Amino acid sequence: MTASVAIRDLSISFGLAKVLPNVSFDVAPGECFGLVGESGSGKSTVLRCLSMLTDFWTGAITIDGRNLRDLPVKERCRMLQMVFQDPYGSLHPRQSVRTVLAEPLRIHGLDRREERMQQAMVDVGLPVDFLDRFPHQLSGGQRQRVAIARALILEPQLLLLDEPTSALDVSVQAEILNLLQRLRAERGFTYIMVTHDLAVVDHMCDRFAVMLHGEITEILPTSAIQGNGATHPYARELIGASLEYEGAGKASAA
Amino acid sequence: MQDPILDVKNLCVRYPGAPADAVRGVSFQLGRERLGIVGESGSGKSTVGRALLRLLPGAVISADTLRFEETDLLALSERDMLKVRGRRMSMILQDPKFSLNPIQQVGHQVAETYLRHFRCTKAEARAKVLEMLAAVKIRDPERVHDLYPHEISGGMGQRVMIAMMLLADPDLVIADEPTSALDVTVRLQVLNILDGLVKDRGIGLIMISHDLNLVRNFCDRVLIMYAGRVVEVLKAGEFGQARHPYTQGLLAAQPRIGGNHAPLAVLDRKPEWKEEPLP
Repeated sequence: MTASVAIRDLSISFGLAKVLPNVSFDVAPGECFGLVGESGSGKSTVLRCLSMLTDFWTGAITIDGRNLRDLPVKERCRMLQMVFQDPYGSLHPRQSVRTVLAEPLRIHGLDRREERMQQAMVDVGLPVDFLDRFPHQLSGGQRQRVAIARALILEPQLLLLDEPTSALDVSVQAEILNLLQRLRAERGFTYIMVTHDLAVVDHMCDRFAVMLHGEITEILPTSAIQGNGATHPYARELIGASLEYEGAGKASAA
Repeated sequence: MQDPILDVKNLCVRYPGAPADAVRGVSFQLGRERLGIVGESGSGKSTVGRALLRLLPGAVISADTLRFEETDLLALSERDMLKVRGRRMSMILQDPKFSLNPIQQVGHQVAETYLRHFRCTKAEARAKVLEMLAAVKIRDPERVHDLYPHEISGGMGQRVMIAMMLLADPDLVIADEPTSALDVTVRLQVLNILDGLVKDRGIGLIMISHDLNLVRNFCDRVLIMYAGRVVEVLKAGEFGQARHPYTQGLLAAQPRIGGNHAPLAVLDRKPEWKEEPLP
């Protein structure tokens, strides 16, 4: 249950501003691919184009060899799902977890709803009786687990993760990253993950792209982070800054 | 410690209507040094910073001692507190996007501190502002002086805020998550500027952050807070020898560049961490 992604010449303008001039990259089935770059570099926009939340882009995106634009909306939603950055904003405050999880099942006319909902809760490590809680009764980490459960419930093959842990404390981030890693190992998901934290990229991803002003400056394997194997000056600067930021601490911990 | 700027003993803060204290018995002294306060959301670290400036309307602040230089902060009237805030003790906030006035040119916002605390002409204040903007490494202070906050980048906004807070030459600066809204490349620049100014001027710095890497790289000493209490005090170089299981857990939960990709250690929060006495 896994999908490959190919993006060719993806470009989009918001009014006069060309946000993505020309983005192309491939993601292999089962890979975890990172997108990093400073704020405003267009990394989240790539995910929004992929999920068709923003649909006025040009270029070609194929998922498992099928043109994204030719996929009927229901099929697309069962193929890919997105997890958003801020679990405080991405869950409806007046809907219980059960309502949140039941909606996609109803839209897609799936059977065994109760069983699927319970399974999704177990998968993300939440007690089944949390189905009847509302978002304000959950902590940030628990909310993000619900958001992940919502993405999982249609059994997609590709998960788009938009800074899934940047609103969370380190200890909670660890729990969510472990969960994402376990799910990928068990189900062979393909992940495309936006983050600004290279330590998270190094921990989670196989390869990553460094974006600047909407363009991909360089695609690197994560093994290139440690020795700063980047060649593009901006990618070098970004990796250098992250290494420096972490450096002194790591030396004293070792 | 010789001649501490700040002496806090048994500080407690309770928010109005809250069933328990948000800060419970925090004690520390601060010299001309950089002190980090680190902890997770809800640990009370920002509340400590705000309590020092008495910026918590409605909350009950109590302490055995809350002395800043020769001043007893708890005994000051609100009127006298105004002479401390911004002049002798100031606070750098997290996000320049929300902390700067969007409809006022940045130069004027920076000058406000100076005009408020010193008798001077507007031209003198302007000269001071330009000098300070140059000190935070803004390349063209004349031009930036007249820009509005939406016309400058996040990193520049945060440097403007540092300029604003250091202009009156305070003795103590509290930086509450000063760089968490910034990109990693900009973050280091801003931290280095802040660090340089604090060192040159001999200002005491309290850096409040959730980021262990940041405090251990930019502070001399770090207080680790959990559930409103200080659970451990560490020198920056001694993080490897952290003894409290909470500190150890936080360190282990952090993904590292060049780590082994094994599942990260997860904190197993013990109820006794909330109560047991300091080691």
